[in-house]
Order: sequence, then structure tokens, then C-alpha cells
Amino acid sequence: MTTLFTEPLKIVNVGLRSFSDSIAAAGGQVLELDWQPPANGQIETGRALARMIVDSRVEEANKFALQTMLAVDPVLKDILPAKELIPELSKRKMLLHAGPPVMWEKMCGPMRGAIVGAVLLERWAATAEEAERLASCGDIEFAPCHHFGAVGPMAGVISPSMPLWVVADANGEGCAYSSLNEGLGKVLRFGAHDSGVLDRLRWMKDVLAPILREVLHTSGSIVLKPLMAQSLHMGDELHNRNSAATSLLFKRLMVDLLKCSHSDAHKVEVANFIALNDHFFLNISMAACKVMLDAAHGIAHCSLVTAMARNGMEFGIRVSGTGSTWFTAPAPTVRGLFFAGFGEQDASPDLGDSAITETAGFGAFSLAAAPAIAQFVGGSAEDAVSTTLRMRRIAFGVNPAFTIPFLAFSGTPFGIDVRRVVDRSIVPIMDTGIAHREAGVGQIGAGLSNAPIECFIAALDELGRKLGNSPPPSGKQS
Amino acid sequence: MTIIEKLVSNFYQDSVALMQLATRIEKLDGVRRAAAVMATQSNLDLLKSIGLVGAERKAHPNSVLIVIDGEGDAIDAALISAERDLRHITQPKTAGQSVLRIAPTSLQMATEDMPGANLALISTPGEYATAETEKALRLGMNVMVFSSDMDLADEARLKALAQQQQKIMMGPDCGTAMLNGIPLGFANVLRRGPVGIVASAGTGAQEVSVIVDRAEVGISQIIGCGARDLSDEIGAATLLQGMAALANDESTQVIVLVAKHPSAAVASRVVGAAKRLKKPVVVNFLGLTLDVPEAGNLHIAQTLEDSGRFAAALGLAQPLPPAQTALPPALQKLAKCRSAPLSRRQRYVRGLFSGGTFCYEAQMLLERELGAVWSNTPLDPTYVLSDAWQSREHTILDLGDATFTHGRPHPMIDLRLRLDRMYEEIMDPEVAVILMDLVLGYGAHPDPASGIVQKLVETLPLLKGSRPEPIIVMSVCGTPGDPQSLDNQLETLRQADVLIAPSNAAAARLATAIVQHRRLVGEAI
Repeated sequence: MTTLFTEPLKIVNVGLRSFSDSIAAAGGQVLELDWQPPANGQIETGRALARMIVDSRVEEANKFALQTMLAVDPVLKDILPAKELIPELSKRKMLLHAGPPVMWEKMCGPMRGAIVGAVLLERWAATAEEAERLASCGDIEFAPCHHFGAVGPMAGVISPSMPLWVVADANGEGCAYSSLNEGLGKVLRFGAHDSGVLDRLRWMKDVLAPILREVLHTSGSIVLKPLMAQSLHMGDELHNRNSAATSLLFKRLMVDLLKCSHSDAHKVEVANFIALNDHFFLNISMAACKVMLDAAHGIAHCSLVTAMARNGMEFGIRVSGTGSTWFTAPAPTVRGLFFAGFGEQDASPDLGDSAITETAGFGAFSLAAAPAIAQFVGGSAEDAVSTTLRMRRIAFGVNPAFTIPFLAFSGTPFGIDVRRVVDRSIVPIMDTGIAHREAGVGQIGAGLSNAPIECFIAALDELGRKLGNSPPPSGKQS
Repeated sequence: MTIIEKLVSNFYQDSVALMQLATRIEKLDGVRRAAAVMATQSNLDLLKSIGLVGAERKAHPNSVLIVIDGEGDAIDAALISAERDLRHITQPKTAGQSVLRIAPTSLQMATEDMPGANLALISTPGEYATAETEKALRLGMNVMVFSSDMDLADEARLKALAQQQQKIMMGPDCGTAMLNGIPLGFANVLRRGPVGIVASAGTGAQEVSVIVDRAEVGISQIIGCGARDLSDEIGAATLLQGMAALANDESTQVIVLVAKHPSAAVASRVVGAAKRLKKPVVVNFLGLTLDVPEAGNLHIAQTLEDSGRFAAALGLAQPLPPAQTALPPALQKLAKCRSAPLSRRQRYVRGLFSGGTFCYEAQMLLERELGAVWSNTPLDPTYVLSDAWQSREHTILDLGDATFTHGRPHPMIDLRLRLDRMYEEIMDPEVAVILMDLVLGYGAHPDPASGIVQKLVETLPLLKGSRPEPIIVMSVCGTPGDPQSLDNQLETLRQADVLIAPSNAAAARLATAIVQHRRLVGEAI
């Protein structure tokens, strides 16, 4: 007010467009908002949001969270059986799955198929029918991977004997796990569980894991940030495209693989397995993201998202300042391209923990770095750049460790702020594969999916309550 | 019918965009056919075959040819519109920019795109305005809230927040402001000068500023406060803040305060604060008789017109003119002369106002002379119309009130509501005078006079000489610089035999005089 008459007016117009025209016609500086009611038009959330938008407690908490996440130095440290890393898996019959909690009755086809496969793998049942019966009668406990510091793509099923990658924070105590990638085609994560799938899983447990473990012990932990940063510069976004990262990892492993104590036949199998699977690095990328994000989980007043995950029925998020609560909404459908012979009617709703990569600023958030897959996920190279720029507008900061050449080597969007998502009506976008709705058919396409805004609205409401910011009752009620 | 052509050189466009353009132009009034094509030989041949271009035209394959066939006046305007649209369609396609520009969807996002943004103009649906206003204030912006329907408690809370942030919150329900020469909402094109206005009555501020402008004195700032600012609950928070700002503003020499029916307690606090200023202050509180001696820097005006006249005189450092309390003799004579043909039954005034303050002032002036005046927004609650869609006796309507505007554009923007009501009143055999305001300036209808006159021309002949036509009395709130062209608007109205008064107050007095003369004549017979 004190300076209003002496400084040039810079006007933001919210609402009637004709007012902008008048201001411009009179030579004024005006920016027209592409406004729509925030929070899906929910008045009370909108009012609470207005109080939180520049709340210093939230700002400080978010800055601290961002610094904490940036300080994490994820290293690929080890491979160990799940039951050794997650003691609960050895105490009772329990299987982990992708996304927020889901009961057997509600599980989608691919997840049920993967559960059956895991039961067979663990030899808790001899036939698929028996396995289903076991799973459906409550003898097996199901829990999200996320509850045990783990992540799994698609169905994301982890059983006690499966080997898991261990990605640790070299600067701290944090640690995250992920399964090993099986490749494409008929695989457990898409719900397939025939003998070929089970044989491969057993080979991964008995041959692949011990060899890679020895290699890792010889080479020492592999520092992941530089490798991931380099792969972004080589066209990966570390969710749907991991070709560069897989190649870089392959280079790092190869000499020590040749030197290790196992048979040449097995070494060749291992080398071949990695060489033929461009997604081999995906699970490592996911664990690296998980260890970075977990470092910032549980900070009071922090409005940053620490997990986004899908179980094929629901999409869920967790937010740093709201503890272990999952805020969920029905899983979105994927917009994208289908392989020949398949269509939307065949698709399972969005599935998997791999959205952890978007949560950490990769995947669709870094799509501008990966123009090569823009078409695969149904768009142009320009769309890819636009997606990254849009995602930047809902991120609290950028990650200077990971840069995008096309955007003047600026950092990837980092730290999804639920306030911004709700205020700006811009939801996180995810690169994703499309699973067939029936178990075992596999991947039938790829595309983009939009996170449902309802989760973010619910999280914001909860954060508002925790801030003691219950909005003043609106006039209509008072 | 005439055909005009325009060749826009070296301007390649795809045919779909051009066809869409032509379709839009063809829909304009007075346009019979329109074409927009790249001027290739084959396109020229096509246009020749339908008689849109002559044989002699040469091909320019990289230029756009616009051809419009229609009525003389209309096609010039259509061509201007076509050229503007043509420039417009190219903007989104500029390579590189579209991808890099993410349209801002929220105020915070806008502050990232426009660093230093210092004012938010909010005209969202009312239920969202509270949150948007709070965001703007917390983001460090001043706010003008055009939206209405904000809860009173929220208004009080947010105005306190604004004060705490050292920002100003104009509104809610603030229709008019002008800061540093930039119009916000409904405002006229005004010369800059020494008179600063703080108003809780939007069209009131427009009227005062227009009258000041007509006296060739300029306006420094117009600060809107919102309709309820001078209520007990709000306590003139914005008005006091605005007045203090103008007191400190070097370019402001005279301050005008305009409000309608303020709380008496708040008004006296405001007057107390005004008296302490070093600058002259003109106070115009419609509907409240101020019980203060006029002394020192304080000048009380009873009408918007007097406020403007006083302010202009003070701005020119001239002695204050006497208050205008009666109809000038020339208009008095006109009233007498025009009322003569009216029949005995034609004895009522019907006011159809787009400006709330105009409606209020007209009611004040009419009531004084004619007694009971019915309204949807009456001065005396006794006279509230039970059905706002049905006039009775003397009726003065605020067509911009929520009763009428719910789900409709404001009558200053969209004439339909007023035209329909005008038709009703013309058809009523008891109506002597239809009294209306016409607001020009930014934000208002592009050519309201033509709309009104067209309706008159259609409607009045329907009376078929069964009785004398009711007299149309109007005041036009506009300046020569306004986009609608004041001269054209006045000329259009005059040609339709509309009586034009120089101010809203004069128009109300003219309408009153006509009815009074008719009564005298009636009694004499």
C-alpha cells in the first residue's frame, strides 16, 4: 500500500477475461490466470489451502526435507534374501505387494497371479488352485512393500526367499530394497506363474543373486547418483527407459563378473540375462528413489510426497508430515499405446510401486531428458519437455545432482508439494507400462497416467488438521 | 451490399485455420459472405466463380486474402476483426514458445511467472473468492475483489490481514477502481490529475470521476472499498486506509469520499479522520444526513454530481460552486414541454438501472418529491417489491442486484435483461417516464446506445398511436476517451428522441419534473 502509487502495477487477473483486455488496452501489465477452482472445487479445502500456501512452518519443514533428501548418497551395496532383510517375512507366512494395502478379494488379476506364483515359489502350495485357496482363506498375510522399506514394480510381489537389492545411504543409516528385474514377456510381476516363470525366479535366486553378490563384494558398493545422472544425459528417465543405466551398470559389473569364482556357463548366463533386459536397472532406480525419499519421511508439517504407489485397485500417496497414512483413490487408467491386438478394454488399472521414480523426480518428471520414449508413452518430444516443465511447477525444488540437457542442464523437479498440486490443479504424471487385466498375459502397452487429485486433497486436509489450521468456519455455517 | 478485400502479405496459414476464421467472420451482423484463403491461383479462381473477386486479381500464393461481402458499415468492422483474429491464430504456433510456456493456474504460480506481481484482480464465483483473496494477501499482493457474496466475517478477517500485511483489499463487491491510470473492473478513460476518489459505491465513483473529467480536471486514483466497507462490522477499514494513502500521495490534491447508506457511527469516524487531513475532502454519503458543521477542509455534497463539481473546483483551486438542488431552467422547460402530450393515466416513473449507486441516488431524489418509490432495493424496506419482475406505481430497479443477475451477466455488459424490462414498461399504460443510466468505459457493453435504441424502434410502434409514447430519460456516464465513443452514444440516443440529462441526479430530477408537470396539467383539466 505504501508504495502502490509509486511502483508500476503488475496485475494478475483471476476470473473474467475481459478485465485483462481493459488493463492491457490501457497499457497495464497483466497476467491472465488459466484459473479453475482449486481442490476440485471443495470450498473448505480451498480455504485451508489459502492459509497454508506460504505457512512458514511448512516452508521450513519442506526446505529441511529437501536438504535431507539431497544429502542422501544411494549406493548399490548388496543382494540378500528378503527374509534376511525383512525379519517379519521369516516369522509368518507373509507376502509383500505393490501399492497401498489391499486384500486378496480386491486384488487385480496380475497381482493375484503374482501372489499365486510366489506361493508356488515358496512351495507353500503344489498347484495354482491350492495356492489361490491358501491366499483367499486368510492363511497368508499381505502387506505393502513400502511398509518394509521395499519397492516392487507392477504387482511388486516379494516372497521370503526372493533375493533383493540393497541400496544404502552412504551418508546415513537409510536403506531400501527392491526385487531383481525378471525381464519382459511372461514374468511374475505381470501375474504369470507357469513353470517357465518359476524356473527363472529360482535361477535368479540360485545363480544370478549369488554371482552378483560376489561381484558387488569384489567391486565394492556402486555409487548410484553419478550413474543415474549420466543415464539421464543418455536419454533415460529411469522409469520406462533404463537402457543407458543398464548399460552403464553392465560395464561396471563385467570385469568383476569375469573374475568371479563361478562357472563360465553361469557367468555367461548372467551376462546374457542383463544384456538382454533393458529394464534391468529399473528396480535399482526404484530402490535408490525409495532411500532418498524415506530420508524425508515423518518430518512434522512437511507437505512433500514421500511415496506414490498403485496396487491395481487404488492409487495411494504418503506425505512426510502425515506419517504412515495412505491417502488413496481409485487407480487411474493409463492413456497410451497398446501392442497389436490389445486395447483399453484389456488393460489393468495402473499398477506398481515404480511411481516412486516420479516421486523422486524421474520418470515423467524427467521426460524432457528422454525424448526417445516420448512416442512410446504417446506423445511428441515437445510434449515430453512440456511434461517436465509442468511437473516442475508442483515440485518444491529441483535436484541439482540430476540435470536435463535440453533444459539448460537445470535440475530435475524434486519434492512434490501437495499444496502446489491442489492449488494449481496440476497432478503428477507417471510413465507407466500397461499390464493385461488377466494374470500372466504380461505387458500390453505403455503410456502416461495422471495421479488422482483426490489423494492430494485428502492429504492436504490432514496436514491442515495437524497444523491446527482448521479453517475458520465459513459464513454460511456461522 | 459491398465487397471489401484485404491482402495480408507473406503470412502463410493452413487452410483449416483460415476456414475457421472465415466461419467466425460470416457470423458477424451485417456480413453476408466471408472468405479467407491463401491467394493462390486456384483459390482466386474459386472466389471468382462465386463472384467474390474480380478477374484482374493476381495470385500471391504466400499471402492471405480476406474478402467480406455485406453491409457498408458492418464489413469495415468485420475486416478489422478478421485481421485481429488472423494475428491471433499465429500466436500459439510460434515454435519453441508453446512448449516452454506452462499457463499459470494459480496466484502463486503467477507470481513465479511475473515476479513482483503486486495486485490480484479477483472475479471468480463468490464462493471461491475468499480463498483466492487470502492467497493473494499472503503472497504479498494488493487485492481487488470484484466477486460478491463473501461472508461478512471473512471480509473483516481478510481486511485485518491486509492491514497487517500493509496491503489494500478493495472489495468484495468492488466494481470500480483505477490505480496509476490503469482501469480495474468497470472504469472510464480519464485524464490524470489532482482528484483522488475513495468509494464504496462503484458507479458512484464512475459518475464523480466522469463529472470531474468533464470539467477538464483529472483523476489521480480511484480506490474501491466494496459495498459493505462502511458497515459497523467492517468499520471502513479500506476507506480509511485508502484515504490515508491519498493523503500521502503527492499527485492527489483533493480527496472525494463516496458511499451509500453507511453506518452512522462509522461515517462519523470517517468524517473525524477526514477533518484531520491537510487536503480538502469532499464527502458524499448518499442516504445519510451528516450531522457535522461544514468547516475547514470538509465539504459535504448531497449528490454524485455535486461531489464531482466540488472536487473539480477544488482541483482547479476555484471557489466552490453552489450546490445543484433543482433542475436547471432549460431542463425544467423541456420537462414541461415533453409532458404535455401524456395522457391522464400515464403518471409513473419506472427506473431501470444498471448501476446500483445510480439506482440509490435516483430513489432518494424521487422519493423526496413523489413519495413512495418501490424497488427491489428500496431505501425504505416498506417499499420492497414482492415480485421484482413486476413494477408498481413509481418503481426504481437495480438490475445489477443479485435478484436479477443470478446466473446472468451484469446488465452493464449484457443488455438483454434491461431491454426486456423496458419493453414491459413501454407496454404499461400507466408509465409516463422510463429512467435509465448508461454506463460507458472499460468493462461495459461495447455499444449500449444502439442496443437500447434498436429495442425502442422495435417496441414503440407497437403502441400504434393508442396512447402517447412514454418519455425515455437517460444520463450517460462516460468520457470522450471511452472505447464506446461518448459522442456516438449520445447521438444515437438523441436521434431516438431520448431525453439526455447531464448527470444521474439531473436525470432523476427531470423524470420527477415530467411527472409533476403532467399532474399539474391533469389537475388543470
